[in-house]
Amino acid sequence: MTEKIAYYPGCTAKSYAKYMDLTAREVMKKFDIELVELTRWTCCGTFFGLAEDNLTSQLAPMRNMIRTREDGFTDLTTTCSMCYNTLKRANILIQNDEEKASRLNAFMYEEEDYEGDVRVWHLLELLLEKVDIAGIAKKIVNPLKGLKVAPYYGCTLLRPKEVTIDKNPEKPTILSDLIFALGAEAVETPYMTECCGSYLTVKDKHLVADRTNRIIGSAARREADLLVVSCPLCQFNLDRRQKEARELNSALPEIPVVYFTQLMALALGVDVKELGFHEHYVDPTPVLRKRKLLGTPMKVPVKVKK
Amino acid sequence: MDKTTTEVTYEKVKIIVANTEFEVPSNLTIMKAFEYLGWRLDRGVGCRGGFCGACSTIYRLKGDHKLYTGLACATKVEDGMIVAQIPISPANKKLYDIESLKAVPNTMLEFYPEIARCISCNTCTKACPMDIEVMDYVQAALRGDIALAATLSFDCIMCGLCATRCPAEITQFNVGVLARRLYGRYIQPEYKQMTKRVKEIEKGKYDAELEKLMKTDKKGLAKLYAERVREKA
Amino acid sequence: MSMVKLTKTEKRIAFRQKVLDLAGANIMRCYQCGECSGGCPESAVMDLLPNQVIHKIQLGDESVLDTNTFWICSSCLICSARCPKGIDIAKVMESLREISLRAKKSYVTLEALTKEELEELPQIALISSFKKQTS
Repeated sequence: MTEKIAYYPGCTAKSYAKYMDLTAREVMKKFDIELVELTRWTCCGTFFGLAEDNLTSQLAPMRNMIRTREDGFTDLTTTCSMCYNTLKRANILIQNDEEKASRLNAFMYEEEDYEGDVRVWHLLELLLEKVDIAGIAKKIVNPLKGLKVAPYYGCTLLRPKEVTIDKNPEKPTILSDLIFALGAEAVETPYMTECCGSYLTVKDKHLVADRTNRIIGSAARREADLLVVSCPLCQFNLDRRQKEARELNSALPEIPVVYFTQLMALALGVDVKELGFHEHYVDPTPVLRKRKLLGTPMKVPVKVKK
Repeated sequence: MDKTTTEVTYEKVKIIVANTEFEVPSNLTIMKAFEYLGWRLDRGVGCRGGFCGACSTIYRLKGDHKLYTGLACATKVEDGMIVAQIPISPANKKLYDIESLKAVPNTMLEFYPEIARCISCNTCTKACPMDIEVMDYVQAALRGDIALAATLSFDCIMCGLCATRCPAEITQFNVGVLARRLYGRYIQPEYKQMTKRVKEIEKGKYDAELEKLMKTDKKGLAKLYAERVREKA
Repeated sequence: MSMVKLTKTEKRIAFRQKVLDLAGANIMRCYQCGECSGGCPESAVMDLLPNQVIHKIQLGDESVLDTNTFWICSSCLICSARCPKGIDIAKVMESLREISLRAKKSYVTLEALTKEELEELPQIALISSFKKQTS
């Protein structure tokens, strides 16, 4: 039977990162898990508020927990690592700080009280829990043989330690494990857990371009074919800002940046036309074609025992 | 004694306007109470039917910490009410040529980037006298769901109370207008029967009939009106 | 590091306390190892390194509010994760941002963003920048 879980797409997943959202749904279907989008949802807040006395930044994530309960779910998953981080940290705050939780509930008097009884999952974490690496490998119909993929974690999947999805946030392996399971080769770089420059891309894009130059450059030196990420902001900075990065360093090679869900969908046999590669600034198609991964995938995925 | 009218006397309540206490009958709306006090209203008044959004009012009630919002023409006075009218809400209003826009997610952000400052506090929704889910349509606009933003904001009467209460300084009602214009121009499905009818009119299908009507006298028009064929509901 | 005058004035103590209250972190534990600045991916373009900021706050020096350090900080939490004394430095940076924003100081102006930028930037970038950098 198909398992259903509440799904929080995140604002950017409806526009710039829509193929992260679409491929996430396709991927989960292959594992008999249905992502049920919350009927009502609002921005997660993007960043967990760090100031002790500023509770307003907790309203947004908490409201989405309330929506999850309204829809009758106790588990909520999201693909965007920034949404994951904010939702999860706000949830931990509500679970552990009774005084703040009651003030937040009092402010949101128009909503049902929320006590912290939702579990927040990152999609990758959920996959590893429900399916595990071997289970993922079993479903691969288009192994990404010969493809060199550089994992890029960024910040919010790993820090702080209360929310990390990898038991070793200083030297994570979870994305590399996934890359190997998809039949590709993982090429780890020293920058994989460093910040991409995040929202500085709005005011100080030259700083972000400099980071993109370093991150993409270090992947290029290790001959990576592409980078894999789980955050639309990392994707934007590492993909779109290659344009500005090339103004700093004209020798910087073009390396495509894809979401892990796009890569999984490719390996799981989802039609390449549905993967959204045409929307990328650096098109992943040429390198995938070079590695002969865009041929007709075997269109017969292994039947699942019901 | 005239038996056709019965005099009903209403209990008087005290309301406070501009730091001064006034006694008014308890059955009046805020607007009627002002007129009862002999004030001539030429600002902050309009349709008197809760539909034009001109009479935005903020008030507090006795023994209650909340700041309430409402329309003066549709809110009854209460004893101890402290009232202030907001004649207009200074708004961030952008000018654009709808024909040159695209119904893409970032169009909303291009004109009103401040929607990205929304913190989901829901104060706008609580302030809305039309019971619109204001925060939900701002959030829909933010993530580029123009159709949802247009649908949710449809009943907006532009009273501006949401914008005066917003901590993120968003002019919600103008965001709604942009969403509805984009929706109407680019997203809403075309009504084929209407396009067909417009073409017929342009080709002059009804010209003769209109010409005839123009020449008919008042009595003839009244007769035609009374005998008109009604469309079945 | 430049010479500092060690005076204990009420103003200095009050400033330090304000940062401490907002950050909920005991910065007095800092022993200037520099781990935070070593790990920070943006320290090269900061007016003051993170450890120098902590030092100034210990001294109650309000001039830290005139530096770009906390505006450049993107809350990546490397510093907080690596501090051997368990100081949540990212929270200290947030408190400096909050103090500035509450005094109506912004780092980003919405009106300065061009049409092209607004057409290109994804929501996630705008929302987070406005949240951290506009008052």
